Amino acid sequence: MKYSYYPGCTAKTTSVEFGFSTEAVCEALGVELVELEDWSCCGASSAHSLNHELSLALPARNVALAQDTHLDLVTSCPACYQNSLKADRALREDEAWRRKMEETLDFRYNGEGEPRHLLDVLSHDLSLDEIRARVVKPLKGLKVAAYYGCVLVRPPEFTGWDDAEHPMTMDRLLEAVGAEAVDWSYKVDCCGASLTLSRGEIVTKLSSRIVNGAIEAGADCIATACGICQINLDTRQKCEREVPIFYFTELMGIALGVSGLEKMWGKHGVDPRPLLRERGFLA
Amino acid sequence: MTISVEGDLTFRDVVRERSGEDIHSCFYCQKCTAGCPTAFVMDYAPAQLLRMIQLGQREAVLSSTAPWLCVGCETCGTRCPNHIRLAPMMDVLRQMALEEGYVADPAAYALHRSFLSSIKRWGRVHELTMLMEYKTRCLLAESSLFFRGLGSDLMMGKDLVLKGKLAFIPERVKRLDEVRKLYAEAGEGNK
Repeated sequence: MKYSYYPGCTAKTTSVEFGFSTEAVCEALGVELVELEDWSCCGASSAHSLNHELSLALPARNVALAQDTHLDLVTSCPACYQNSLKADRALREDEAWRRKMEETLDFRYNGEGEPRHLLDVLSHDLSLDEIRARVVKPLKGLKVAAYYGCVLVRPPEFTGWDDAEHPMTMDRLLEAVGAEAVDWSYKVDCCGASLTLSRGEIVTKLSSRIVNGAIEAGADCIATACGICQINLDTRQKCEREVPIFYFTELMGIALGVSGLEKMWGKHGVDPRPLLRERGFLA
Repeated sequence: MTISVEGDLTFRDVVRERSGEDIHSCFYCQKCTAGCPTAFVMDYAPAQLLRMIQLGQREAVLSSTAPWLCVGCETCGTRCPNHIRLAPMMDVLRQMALEEGYVADPAAYALHRSFLSSIKRWGRVHELTMLMEYKTRCLLAESSLFFRGLGSDLMMGKDLVLKGKLAFIPERVKRLDEVRKLYAEAGEGNK
């Protein structure tokens, strides 16, 4: 199983735990990721905020690069994923735009290099049984609130591989590695995303509400699939107790016994080590 | 009885055309407002803004803070019974506001502008210099914006540096000319 891999700008910096655990978990599961050569930024939320054409052009460059590899384009960042999807759709459906981009970027659109999110790939290209078979340290007794956030599963006409109001793919993966996924009401609520810089107080309110929801549901921790969700929930929660915020790939990594994760725990805002030690997942 | 409409009725057609969303079909059920995570800080809630567009209240809409507080989470569009996606509509309103000189939230604008200039410079975002440009732009726009949240920004910055999560040296795309060409074609060459 082989894919083009688009890490995105934060995979080695503010979301280094996600970048590291994505690569480690894929390796442990026999999923080969080939980093897209000379990839560029997708424009995040800033391109579509200020300039429509640029918001389709920036990710189109990555879609064009991915086509040459004839492999699906996998990313773990929901913003990269969403922007790549929109760019791919515009290239497919808008003939005039496609011709313009083909000329500017010197490529021929052939519909290959389909943008996909890592959660979709791990949930649908592998079977849960294959994943279960590779577990060496089941996350027995760990109660996790699977948090999907916003554009990972929305809008459904773009994503479509999970329910937009009540997604379950991450819950199933976490259960496959032995954790208990709790039922809770905030799995698709928004954390406030990029407002964290310009209006931090709004994000504190939204993120704390989500973390409180996980506490009410009896969760020990939250699992996310997005760098900005992780950083917002991790650093802006103001709740009765501190709740560790993991990337779902970090939790899978513990269960699959990947090495190197211990270097990630100190990078979290809320230190997850006390919880992991208490449950016997960390010596 | 005579009902007079004083609004600009071409406005709604422009917004419909540019966003590709059928704004006219809104019957004001307000599910968008009910699900919006940031409606509580907007001057006009999403459903109100839609109705104002229908009524041609161009100036009030373009000077509203709502498009700047919309984070594009797509909850509204997912739940709309008429399949109106408000996120692309908010994008268009923000872009039209800029074209006509309205910036209801200078800090949000400074952030997006700094982000885009970082991509133009390196091909990828370099967080450290992007954040420095953002704070400078805030200072130039309105000095109070520079000081708003400065303490927590510095604390967070210190934490990120200590945890080794901010790169000092930017990663530069090899074929940067391709990225810059995309900027030029989108009319962003000189911004």
